[in-house]
Amino acid sequence: MSLVVFDRVTLDLAGRTILSQASFAIAPGEFVGLLGPNGAGKTTLMRAILGLVRPREGRILVSGAPAAPGRGGIGYMPQLRAQPDPRSTGWDLVSGAVDGHRWGLPRRTARAREEVAWALDMVDATAIARRPLGELSGGERQRLLLSQALIGRPKLLLLDEPLISLDPAHQRGTVDLASRLRDELGIAVLFSAHELNPLLTAIDRVLYVGAGRAVLGAVDDVITGPVLSKLYGAPIEVVRAGRRIFVVAADVQPPSTACDGPHQEPARARL
Amino acid sequence: MLAYDFMRTAFLASGIVAVLSGLVGYFLVLRNQTFAGHALSHVGFTGATGAILIGVPSLWGLVGFTLLAGLAMGALGEKLSARDVAIGMTLSLALGFGLLFLHFYTAFATQATALLFGNVLGVDRAALASLAVLGVASIVALACISRPLLFASLQPELAEARGVPLRLLSTAFLGIVAVAVSESAQIVGVLLVFTLMVGPGAAARNLSSRFGAGVALSAALAVAEAWGGLVLAWFTDWPVSFWITALSAAVYGLSLAAAPVAAARASARRLGAARTPGPGAASVPPDPHRRFQADAAALDAKLD
Repeated sequence: MSLVVFDRVTLDLAGRTILSQASFAIAPGEFVGLLGPNGAGKTTLMRAILGLVRPREGRILVSGAPAAPGRGGIGYMPQLRAQPDPRSTGWDLVSGAVDGHRWGLPRRTARAREEVAWALDMVDATAIARRPLGELSGGERQRLLLSQALIGRPKLLLLDEPLISLDPAHQRGTVDLASRLRDELGIAVLFSAHELNPLLTAIDRVLYVGAGRAVLGAVDDVITGPVLSKLYGAPIEVVRAGRRIFVVAADVQPPSTACDGPHQEPARARL
Repeated sequence: MLAYDFMRTAFLASGIVAVLSGLVGYFLVLRNQTFAGHALSHVGFTGATGAILIGVPSLWGLVGFTLLAGLAMGALGEKLSARDVAIGMTLSLALGFGLLFLHFYTAFATQATALLFGNVLGVDRAALASLAVLGVASIVALACISRPLLFASLQPELAEARGVPLRLLSTAFLGIVAVAVSESAQIVGVLLVFTLMVGPGAAARNLSSRFGAGVALSAALAVAEAWGGLVLAWFTDWPVSFWITALSAAVYGLSLAAAPVAAARASARRLGAARTPGPGAASVPPDPHRRFQADAAALDAKLD
């Protein structure tokens, strides 16, 4: 059975149609890269899976049941908009998520401590968890947020633009970490990003959104001139160089305009 | 000093209020909503003067008005910090109305001073009972919402995804803040509510980055400041509210000075922990940010 099913879904955000009659399905344990132009609705799509945005038409099923907030089984790492309070420790941040949706006093039971220790260990954040968040680097804070998303042992991880504001080495570290979590825990990962190349080694399939459409498939089937031209609503050319893929506007010379293309390419080629 | 009935009542009243303000204030600081607490106290002034004008105990006017305002603020949404101007306008208007009510009720100078700067020595038995009932109810309510409140304060988006009703939670919390503000106003007055609500919470957050210890410390500091103020006022005959503000400011100042010490102790603990890395620690690449941070720190030091 599919883990996430979009069945002819139409999604609106502030009067704008983000998805129109989109259908696709994500399998359990699958690592899917979520790509698309700025403002294409990658975050809205994740919020719809969480049940925080209702589709105007169609159905979104998660583990066979309609998406709704608090259903559990989904870990979510939002894009960092508001920084968590810099004086709190990572331990407080992560432990706050243990049964955090239930009323009552914050519990520090043995089971809760075990859960926190497990989640911290999964992302190698045990050593930094006692420090105030304000003292940590962006990459370290991100590991703690990822650890927090693991609380509740989800079957699906939604990671919203985790590579933003990280340098190439840290981008690689984050992708490798998500990939390792997928392998060790057998969970599905939906990983949104601006650029495809840092994800190439890790993803099984790519979900590309744009111009109200969503296409889910293997990289070689989706990242092609004709498919992307439709999604961008402009002529697009796909240029391959070794193991890297450049997506560029088709009416200009690739080498001189690679930086202006929909995808910039700071990551080094692997292998 | 404790031989006098009014002093015993004052100690009890300020103790109850301090515990409540310390607990609520910690969350207020954690959630960056201290300005909302300040605004509520000004709205409370209108409620109190209005109540006196129509012959109702001022505490009920305070509680009624701040509670209404708190619930309204909560219903408006999470991002209160983005509404500074709206809150500022509302609180100015509220003070303006308070002044108007004072104008109508002419024989009012002592009442006004008591409302603005507090009069803990004037708390009577009936008021003490009201403070105790409201205080206990608020602490119980805060205990009920504290777990989701902590979660939502640290990571609202994930909390929302896990099914925490953010709007309801924020409204309930501001309702509790409103009661705490009304209680504090009885002790230190509407103008000095910050001193009991925010001072101890902010100091506690400087002294401990751990949640449980911080909350307990915040309440303990608030009680110590309130009782210390009473004792000092007894021996000097200066106003209690002055001594509480002075102690609160002194504790906050000391906590700022002590913060680097607490950080150093934490980093010593961290070094101890780093010597025994976990089995998977090597799989994460070394952090190039570190070097840049060190360089930047060295540069800062030179510029200083």
